[in-house]
Amino acid sequence: MRRAALFVCAAAAGLAQAAAAQTLGDAEAGAARFDQCAGCHVIGPDAENGIGPHLNDLFGRPAASVAGFRYSRAFQRAGAKGLEWHADTLSAFLENPRQIVPGTRMSFRGIADAQERADLIAYLRDFSASPADIPEADPTAQPTDHDLDPAILAIQGDPEYGEYLSGECTSCHSREGSDDGIPSIVFWPEDDFVVAMHAYKAGLRKHPVMEMIAGRLNDEEIAALAAYFADPDG
Amino acid sequence: MRFNRRTVLATGAAALTAPMVHAAGHGKPRVVVIGGGAGGATAARYIAKDSDGAIDVTLIEPTRKYYTCFFSNLYIGGFKEIDEIGHTYGKLASDYGINVIHDWAVGIDRDAKTVRLTGGQDIPYDRLVVSPGIDFVEGSVPGWDLSAQNTMPHAYKGGSQTQLLRAQIEAMPEGGRFIMVAPPNPYRCPPGPYERVSMVAWQLSRNNPTAKILVVDPKESFSKQALFEEGWQTHYGGMVERIGPDFGGQNVSVDAAAMTVDVDGSIEEGDVINVIPAMKAGQIAQDAGLTEGNWAPVNPTDMTSKMDENIHVLGDATSQGDMPKSGFSANSQAKVASNAIRGALTDARVFPAKYANTCWSLIAENDGVKVGATYEPTDEKIAKVDGFVSQTGEDAALRKATYEESEGWYAGITSDMFG
Repeated sequence: MRRAALFVCAAAAGLAQAAAAQTLGDAEAGAARFDQCAGCHVIGPDAENGIGPHLNDLFGRPAASVAGFRYSRAFQRAGAKGLEWHADTLSAFLENPRQIVPGTRMSFRGIADAQERADLIAYLRDFSASPADIPEADPTAQPTDHDLDPAILAIQGDPEYGEYLSGECTSCHSREGSDDGIPSIVFWPEDDFVVAMHAYKAGLRKHPVMEMIAGRLNDEEIAALAAYFADPDG
Repeated sequence: MRFNRRTVLATGAAALTAPMVHAAGHGKPRVVVIGGGAGGATAARYIAKDSDGAIDVTLIEPTRKYYTCFFSNLYIGGFKEIDEIGHTYGKLASDYGINVIHDWAVGIDRDAKTVRLTGGQDIPYDRLVVSPGIDFVEGSVPGWDLSAQNTMPHAYKGGSQTQLLRAQIEAMPEGGRFIMVAPPNPYRCPPGPYERVSMVAWQLSRNNPTAKILVVDPKESFSKQALFEEGWQTHYGGMVERIGPDFGGQNVSVDAAAMTVDVDGSIEEGDVINVIPAMKAGQIAQDAGLTEGNWAPVNPTDMTSKMDENIHVLGDATSQGDMPKSGFSANSQAKVASNAIRGALTDARVFPAKYANTCWSLIAENDGVKVGATYEPTDEKIAKVDGFVSQTGEDAALRKATYEESEGWYAGITSDMFG
């Protein structure tokens, strides 16, 4: 739903596409970029609202929703229309704030370079409650670099088999999507799910439980799980 | 009425003219589940959820509020309150249409395929799931029986026993002594007694720092031993002493009136004495003739009893091979059994069995460790495929993340059990 909202938003603003958000960010480089924000925004422990709202727990929250901050009408309207902060919406906003939220009081001309935006977003992401090693999980969703065989990505998963296999996942992961202590795995894009599971299976991504669980799933089973979790209510 | 595709194929035309027994006398196939813990509650929920009302599910569980045994040590350590580990069956009834009966199952008539309740009522089933947990082996610790449990609690079933043990520890005199009589293998939750020692030590090191802990253990070694011993040294140096079998830990009796433990002839006095006796399958499994020795043997592909093809036994009560007795294992086994039951009673697809287990333990605040493995059925047992265990010397951030993960798991598995 939110992706649809962004699409309308982006199209209306005449932006090329959200593909710009596909760049991988480097949080360390992003920390240096934050200097240009720090005049108005505070982030980190005990951050409070200043000229702009604090930026902790930014990901997943609706625009104009920090308690105690007086937003411009433009921002209140954007929030009411359903704008939420995710990696892709942030990238579009940071590229040209006034095109995404016309009338914003934020006086910042934007960051044209996709890599610079991605770095900054990676930095902001560190201050949002979300398990650190799960870049694909919404709301901080960011694609990862991979060289997975396209043939593996092309496998059509059997969601019914996936539902059965999912019982193994839901001993720990909430089917309702809670991400307290253990990441949410529902409503992921199928490709991201497949890439992540194969990364565990190959030991490229480290987590003893996940390496073990993924280690004995074959390509069809991973595809089946991806198909099921992409739409567990479907 | 839906037929089991495999049955139809196997028996050919006969099946078409003489449909399965459950179709003759009544409408939907009926599954009865005895025991509302990690095995039973999960099985009831998955059968009801995945059959979309095609199977009638009845869950028989005596308690209205179920206190999990897993995480009960964290209550003893003061990291959880009792309400945080208590769960009710309301959603299983309202959201999944499960008929929840709060009563004891006192007998199983395997020929008539009925379960007897304390009131004398008989509940018929087409398939029965028996997930009764554990009971204690009489005489395994001479001097201790159930009549002594209010003096020397076992606290190895969640609820009032757990509360009693914590109250006793809080009321210990300054510089007093806590003694644990640890159980012999196999038993529920292999790291459990040692996580408990850690949590008792955590409590005492804060509120009664000169108190001591003595563990009397019939086992040579135990689960996550290096991790626990490292943690006890780091966090509670000098507080915990353990006597293994080489020094008489296997030759132990107790005197509940005198509050003493006789360790191979040496009398040890305790202010709190936690006796965890040897264990066996819950009584109903024994009474129904589902056990061989202390445990109920099951077939590794679908958790059916080796004594009765219409009965599945789950969790701690079973002997199945390599899986430890744990809530995680029971939850994992329940899903395999649920799929097999749906396949037998409806035309649901049956998928290959996969099992897994992970056990997290807390050694001190934010010092979590874990051990886990995957399993698969072979001809003779459920066999371990692959596993891992936390390492000694891990940094504090990883241990904290492991603890947070265990909290996430607790939320996950309890919602997987109770909806």
